[in-house]
Amino acid sequence: MMDLDKIERDLMREVSGVTGIPEGAYNFRVNGKSIGRQSSEKINIVPKTEKSGIDIYIADNTHQEIVHIPVIISASGLKEAVYNDFYVGDNCEVTIVAGCGIYNCGTDDSIHDGIHVFHVGKNSKVYYIEKHCGIGPGAGKILNPTTKVDLGENSYAEMLLEQIKGVDSTRRMTEADLAKNAHLVVKERLFTHGKQSAESEIVARLNGQDSSADIVSRAVAQDFSAQNFRSHIIGAAKCRGHSECDAIIMDKARVNAEPALEALNVDAELIHEAAIGKIANEQLTKLMTLGLSRRQAEAQIINGFLK
Amino acid sequence: MLQVKGVSFKGILKGISFDVRPGELVVITGPNGSGKSTLAKIIAGVEKSDAGEIIFKDEDIVKKDCTERARMGLAFSFQQPVRFKGLTVRDLLKIAASGSEAFLDNEMKEVDGYLKKVGLEPALYLDREVNASLSGGELKRIEIASVLARDAVLSIFDEPEAGIDIWSFDNLVKMFKDMRKKNPKRAIVIISHQERIMKIADRIILLENGEISAHGTPEQMMARIGGGLK
Ligand SMILES: Nc1ncnc2c1ncn2[C@@H]1O[C@H](COP(=O)(O)OP(=O)(O)OP(=O)(O)O)[C@@H](O)[C@H]1O
Ligand SMILES: [Mg+2]
Repeated sequence: MMDLDKIERDLMREVSGVTGIPEGAYNFRVNGKSIGRQSSEKINIVPKTEKSGIDIYIADNTHQEIVHIPVIISASGLKEAVYNDFYVGDNCEVTIVAGCGIYNCGTDDSIHDGIHVFHVGKNSKVYYIEKHCGIGPGAGKILNPTTKVDLGENSYAEMLLEQIKGVDSTRRMTEADLAKNAHLVVKERLFTHGKQSAESEIVARLNGQDSSADIVSRAVAQDFSAQNFRSHIIGAAKCRGHSECDAIIMDKARVNAEPALEALNVDAELIHEAAIGKIANEQLTKLMTLGLSRRQAEAQIINGFLK
Repeated sequence: MLQVKGVSFKGILKGISFDVRPGELVVITGPNGSGKSTLAKIIAGVEKSDAGEIIFKDEDIVKKDCTERARMGLAFSFQQPVRFKGLTVRDLLKIAASGSEAFLDNEMKEVDGYLKKVGLEPALYLDREVNASLSGGELKRIEIASVLARDAVLSIFDEPEAGIDIWSFDNLVKMFKDMRKKNPKRAIVIISHQERIMKIADRIILLENGEISAHGTPEQMMARIGGGLK
């Protein structure tokens, strides 16, 4: 596929599942440049001129299409901020596969700040998948995604935000505004190890009547890593909001979870749950009686938890 | 195959000795709190005894942890099964099956058969998480299936009948009979209060107050227990 070396291809597969030229619209960004771009009949990808990034126009009534926009950085020390704007028309059903992989074997930090803004039209459904990972023995692999979602009437967005491994530092900001009868589902999976740090803030403003948000964050913090999680649901109408933050803490890690609820309307129903704890001993014991070592049992429990 | 010699634990078990021979099905019964689960956990390596020897396949296993004992061919079904967040029934059964001979010999890829044996439809359960959404009886059946999947030399079941509805009870009893028939070199220990399970045993051990108070064939023991234990 294109002119990628093995490491870049592996990263590409890991963060976006892409192993060749995908069908439909795509934009591959490698080391700060677009190395391949294609629009489809209903999805038009236009590069920005005043700053880096692309505008993605999805026509009304677009169905069953997938847009791939993976980012790979393998040049040590590359620092970039990329602005991608998605304009999703009315009555669409589309999947957007983003994701960023960094390979760093040098001495300088590599940083990718991805700013994604979604304008979702009426009655549309958007599935957004974003996976992040870092590899290589070099300096910092830093990813700071900002995702803003504007959900129109009767629309639905499902966002899977996943940081698999190897990202030294991350500040993730996810923000959503929901109109009447719009629904948001956010599933976040965060894994930190070594001396990594991760910060995640998710804000959902339920402005429209009968809108809803369901935010589920699962996190594992290993070794000396530190995590901060904040969720903030604002109910400004008759609406339903639920946030759940569930973290496994291991070794010498630190985890901070701050779920916040704010009701501005008497018919706002908001719930949050937060739990932090180590892996339950009886879970380890059960898997060990099936023949796994303690280490293997831990790995299985974590894998399952983050799946 | 298994010899337990003078095992004691925190005043809960007081010098327990018995053995289990290849091909046997032994039932351990006794009042609530008499120490049955504690004894099973000590044999499986989940708890450590204070005194005594446990010989399994001619080796003293007292110093081995539960992983090592499992790898030697010992399997244990918990009275109270554990719930996991995220791990699916398929994951659990695959972990269980991955060390078994059937798995290694036949390159068995699926674990459907074990669920069918405990009366669960694989299509409905394999992808479900082993979490709080499963009913008590479903969870118990999956726990039993995880031990079947081990295909172990010695399988210990702690109150397998608990939570299993009476309509399925015949199947449970049949499952144990089949298990014994299939493998005359293996052995099964069942902790149970159920007369119908005791009836299919080769021997019954009665545990009271941390001691073995009686020991014999079902005929001998039924007379002594007097038609049931409660
Ligand atoms: N770790 C422990 N520390 C202290 N006491 C314990 C411990 N584990 C069990 N016990 C006690 O030991 C006794 C035996 O418990 P055990 O669970 O072995 O009984 P059991 O025979 O399996 O009962 P049941 O039929 O109710 O399952 C009980 O009185 C219990 O409260
Ligand atoms: Mg018990």
